[in-house]
Amino acid sequence: MRNQRAFVVITLVVTVLAVGCGRNKKPVVAAPQPTPTLSPTETTPPAPPQRVEESVPVPQPRLSEDAIANRSLDDLNRNSPLKPIFFPLDSAELDETGRAIATADADVLKKYNSWAITIEGHCDERGTPEYNLALGERRAGAVKAYLASLGVSADRMKTVSYGKEYPFDSGHSEEAWSKNRRGHLVITSK
Amino acid sequence: MMMTKPQTKWACAVTAGVLSIGLLSTRVPAASQQQPTDIAVVISGDPGTPPRYAVPDFVALTPDAADAAKTLGQVLWDDLNFEREFYLIPRDTYGSIPAARRPEDVPFASWRELGADAVFFGTVQRTGNEMRVQVRLFNVRSRQSVFSKEYSGSANNPRLYAHTIADEIHQQQRGLRGVARTKLAFVSDRDRQRVDGTVENREVKEIYYADYDGANQRRLTISRQLNGFPNWSPDARSLAYTSWRPNPDIFISLMYQGVLQNPTKGVGTNYLPVFSPDGKQIAFMSSRDGNPEIYVANVDGSSVRRLTNHPAGDSTPTWSPSGTQIAFTSDRTGKPQIYVMSAVDGSNLRRLTTSETEADRPTWCSAFDEIAFSARTSAAGFDVKVYDFSSGQTRQLTFGEGTNEGPAYSPNGRHLAFTSTRSGRVQVYTIGRDGKDLRQITRDGSNQTPAWSN
Repeated sequence: MRNQRAFVVITLVVTVLAVGCGRNKKPVVAAPQPTPTLSPTETTPPAPPQRVEESVPVPQPRLSEDAIANRSLDDLNRNSPLKPIFFPLDSAELDETGRAIATADADVLKKYNSWAITIEGHCDERGTPEYNLALGERRAGAVKAYLASLGVSADRMKTVSYGKEYPFDSGHSEEAWSKNRRGHLVITSK
Repeated sequence: MMMTKPQTKWACAVTAGVLSIGLLSTRVPAASQQQPTDIAVVISGDPGTPPRYAVPDFVALTPDAADAAKTLGQVLWDDLNFEREFYLIPRDTYGSIPAARRPEDVPFASWRELGADAVFFGTVQRTGNEMRVQVRLFNVRSRQSVFSKEYSGSANNPRLYAHTIADEIHQQQRGLRGVARTKLAFVSDRDRQRVDGTVENREVKEIYYADYDGANQRRLTISRQLNGFPNWSPDARSLAYTSWRPNPDIFISLMYQGVLQNPTKGVGTNYLPVFSPDGKQIAFMSSRDGNPEIYVANVDGSSVRRLTNHPAGDSTPTWSPSGTQIAFTSDRTGKPQIYVMSAVDGSNLRRLTTSETEADRPTWCSAFDEIAFSARTSAAGFDVKVYDFSSGQTRQLTFGEGTNEGPAYSPNGRHLAFTSTRSGRVQVYTIGRDGKDLRQITRDGSNQTPAWSN
């Protein structure tokens, strides 16, 4: 029981460190040290006295959402609580999956109602630059309209189309293209 | 050597007028004041063949003009060759012909043996940072000078003198508006700078411009953002373009005044500006009312009017030469196609492309009654096609590898700039309206969305 509690505390400490950690650094999670086994020889010294330790309380992290609230804009956008909405080829309509993601995004935005976002419309590389500007614009607009319909105030949301200028995956396969047809949500102030 | 009448007049060249041509001032000697239509000045070739022109190096009258003298000969040769109105005798075949130091020493007999119908004689003189260029065009058979002119100005860019001479020769000999002094604008990522303020690694794209032949490539924008889709004002002194700062908006750079204007002033999102033929209005795409539509405004941003109203995407406007119609792209049938409508109120809407799977980037030609556009020709990409209004027929211009897109006409309609991935990264090329004479303009980084100035 005590061990379990200690483990929970350690986990919390690690979580706090990870969340609070700087930019690209991956948190280093220390592996649990193996307990040394006693060698069965006669010269084995007596077991050391058992240490009595009181668990040191660690300040409770505030709710995990508060950890989100405390992150810098760059940190937030690097590992964003707002997930991108993906689109089929040549489409600017949210499908069932897209609506589910947008609904989750709307919940986050309603929870942090001071955040302002820019919705970026992106396209895969297959059309002309000009057509993709219009298509990206419609994708961004569709995401904005859907979030607004869920109660996110329209004046918190700007849209921009990047067309096919900034792909997230530079590959030339359907796998890459499907990642690049997206409404991408960027937190611009909080 | 024969002394001909124009030569004596050359010596006492009376300044008939001073024209300001960019950096150059031109003095027109009295001898050259023929009408362009004067049949006596037109040099013809053998029946049924174009006249054969020889363009030797100019003569350096001062030692520090030697480089300019060579540049003038080479660039003038290239400029004249570009319009394919004359047969240009290759410059590496002139070796056996003695170089003339004075106009009266031009060895006409030797030039005639080489097959030349016309030969240039020019001189370059430098005084400090000033340059003086004199040039004559001789009819080899009659040994008469049919063109005689003197130019002076900065010595910084000798190519401009050659471009000016080429344009004037095309005008005089062919009644043709040459393009030697026109410019190409395009967007390039060659600086490899990163856009500030984004988590993702995004490179800037800046607007560049160059001479029509790709020389003198210069950067216009320094915003360190994404910029794109430049378009020239009719006077070739301004470029309108889209700049993501990071909100996409329209900017107009008055290039020779150092002034940057922002007519759309951040109202909604604004993209793809194009100047009307009279330079007083811009058409553009905007989502200010919630969906990408075509709008027109005065260049100062006033009197905005909306021309389209459709839940699909309407984009990429281009003006008819008269300014009364606008062609644009819409995906209202599911795939992008080209439509035409009234530039006043969007009425008289009709679809232009009916047999393409996808069509975009219409560019209305100002010289011929036709529209060039990007047409999907394979799963991998596009080719440039041309829709001819009089016949209703469409012809394909490019057949290169990769994708060939984004056509922009030269002001005389005889050439198009476009982009191609045929050599790897996307680059700007020019090609004749007949699909011949391909030239690569850019090589550094990737370069896109060309616009051709007047």
